[in-house]
Amino acid sequence: MRGLDQIFVWIGREVAGWAPAPAQPLVSAILIIAGIMAVFGTCFALTTIAERKILGRMQNRFGPNRVGPCGLFQPLADAVKMLTKEDIVPFSADKTLHFLAPLVMTTPIWLAFAVLPFGRNMSALDLDSGILFFFAIGSASELAVFMAGWSSQNKYSLVGAMRAIAQMISYEVPLVLSTVPVLMLAGSLSLNEIVAAQGTHTLGGLARWNVFTPWGLAGLLLFLIAATAESNRSPFDLPEGESEIIAGYLTEYSGFKYALFFLGEYLGLFAITGLAVTLFLGGWRAPFQWLEWVPSWLWFGGKFGVLIFLFIWVRATLPRLRLDQLLNFSWRFLAPLTLINLAVAAAWHWTGAWESAAAAPVRWVLCAALIALPAHWLGRALRGAVPPPRKYHYAE
Amino acid sequence: MLNEIAFLLCAALTLAGAVAAMTLRNLAHCALCAAGAFAGLAAIYLQLDAEFAGFAQLLVYVGAIAILILFTVLLTRGAEIQPGGPAASTSRGMGLGVGALVTACLIGAIMASPGLRGHAPQTVHAPVKRIGEQLMNQYVMPLEAIGLLLTAALLGAVIIALREPPKEPPAP
Amino acid sequence: MTTPLAHYLILAALLFGVGLAGALARRNAILVLVGLELMFNAANLNFIAFWRFGPRPEALTGLMFVLFSIAIGAAEAAIGLALVIAIYRHRRTAQVDRFDSLKG
Repeated sequence: MRGLDQIFVWIGREVAGWAPAPAQPLVSAILIIAGIMAVFGTCFALTTIAERKILGRMQNRFGPNRVGPCGLFQPLADAVKMLTKEDIVPFSADKTLHFLAPLVMTTPIWLAFAVLPFGRNMSALDLDSGILFFFAIGSASELAVFMAGWSSQNKYSLVGAMRAIAQMISYEVPLVLSTVPVLMLAGSLSLNEIVAAQGTHTLGGLARWNVFTPWGLAGLLLFLIAATAESNRSPFDLPEGESEIIAGYLTEYSGFKYALFFLGEYLGLFAITGLAVTLFLGGWRAPFQWLEWVPSWLWFGGKFGVLIFLFIWVRATLPRLRLDQLLNFSWRFLAPLTLINLAVAAAWHWTGAWESAAAAPVRWVLCAALIALPAHWLGRALRGAVPPPRKYHYAE
Repeated sequence: MLNEIAFLLCAALTLAGAVAAMTLRNLAHCALCAAGAFAGLAAIYLQLDAEFAGFAQLLVYVGAIAILILFTVLLTRGAEIQPGGPAASTSRGMGLGVGALVTACLIGAIMASPGLRGHAPQTVHAPVKRIGEQLMNQYVMPLEAIGLLLTAALLGAVIIALREPPKEPPAP
Repeated sequence: MTTPLAHYLILAALLFGVGLAGALARRNAILVLVGLELMFNAANLNFIAFWRFGPRPEALTGLMFVLFSIAIGAAEAAIGLALVIAIYRHRRTAQVDRFDSLKG
């Protein structure tokens, strides 16, 4: 079904064709930008309601169900609330920085969507160093967090901002390092080429997604953990945990600026999820060859939805980590594991000749052991001494 | 034409950020304007077809060094307000004078060379694959040396900034 | 590419001048380091401009130099700022004209 697969590309080309010739690149660029903003804006609205409903269901209660059928119009109600709230700026706050911080947070994140391939021929920019662009843009949000925390002239904001920045830079190392095996084995930094490198199929028709290799699976798990921490989501949401530090760097923000921070956080989550889908889950590729008739953007959307559900599930399940636990986890568990993952990916590449023989399971088990055993030992080292089993005393 | 406008905008942003970084009183504002200047420079690198250098500049300078400067500003509070005095204006005047002199010499040299006015060079490609190949073949010694340097810098910075356990009350 | 090389070099020279003037005129150690970083960046811009307009851009010489220069600049900034923090802990000040005694 080539037509349905390329329908957005075709629409874009048709509409741009109506414009006069010199303005065509500009018009097509504007169309792409408008399309991305529309899709991910709607996705943001749907994710807020989906998160509250799913969290509610996992906590054995209904989520919001007053506004609209099953509470589906809740995002509209939230938008009206956010837009009509009074915008309070503290008297001694640094006005320029206080105003600029939400903008600096949100604007670079939109840029990050430009390199993600949403479907066949559907990436806005085909950069040679696409992943580097993505990570460079992501590091701008740390400045925004500092600006927000410092300009509020509030102790809680400042402490929250410093904690948030420390968390973000600590988790940037495992985030970037966990993508390096993918780049190594795909031979390119361009996201389109990485998806193309996951395009061939093994026997049985299963696609060669990176997640079906031991280093890919470990890499995906490490990437998702680091991504949760980078987006300040639970269980790594100490900087903005309501029971800990009021609202951290968001304390002095209300109304539309708070909505912009919220938007920026969720958009960052979407961008990183899109990157995880592209790097590890085969992008817009189908898992089996006989499923290739489903449009590529539907596959991307489906995998994207599964990962977002995973993030919401983890939020509902795990308790919050303390700051020192968080930082120890990053530097003493994740970072060494990502380096070992690199070695495992190299080992996988060198044993490529075992692919077609019956030694393929041996290859898988060997490489998996090479990463699972250090993970176990590092986990033990991190946990320290195991406390003795509990003794229960019962009342007579 | 569009190229000229883009260059002038980025150059204006960079210079404005740099001047603001060096003249503002509030240290955090200085650091943020310096980050803006670095970002403007990254845009200029992208204009010059040096994609990898532009993104590396954003990642390293804006994403790491600017944050390092901001953390240092926060950790050395109480040193923000600079008291004025005769020593201040002398050193400031001399600093400005030396800076102006050096800039004038450089710009004079640039204007005096006719060979620099030419433009329209060929399209240049700097694919990342070639950068990787060169790093592994031609520049492998500098690569290893940089690895050692960065390790030494990391260890050194951590050790220097480590808080020593208090042995005696700090000197007043 | 219609901007001539001279414009990029003039921008680099101005940036260098601003960095130099700031590093010499400001008295806070952190701002001296910021001035140093601006000078580094000006030199990097020079390298990239000459690489782009030069005779053999496919040799990637300027680009490689700038990559290493960025790495070295980062290492130097890290050490310099660690030193400033350590001196601040000892002397309670970050003004460079107070760092004038070897005692202590």
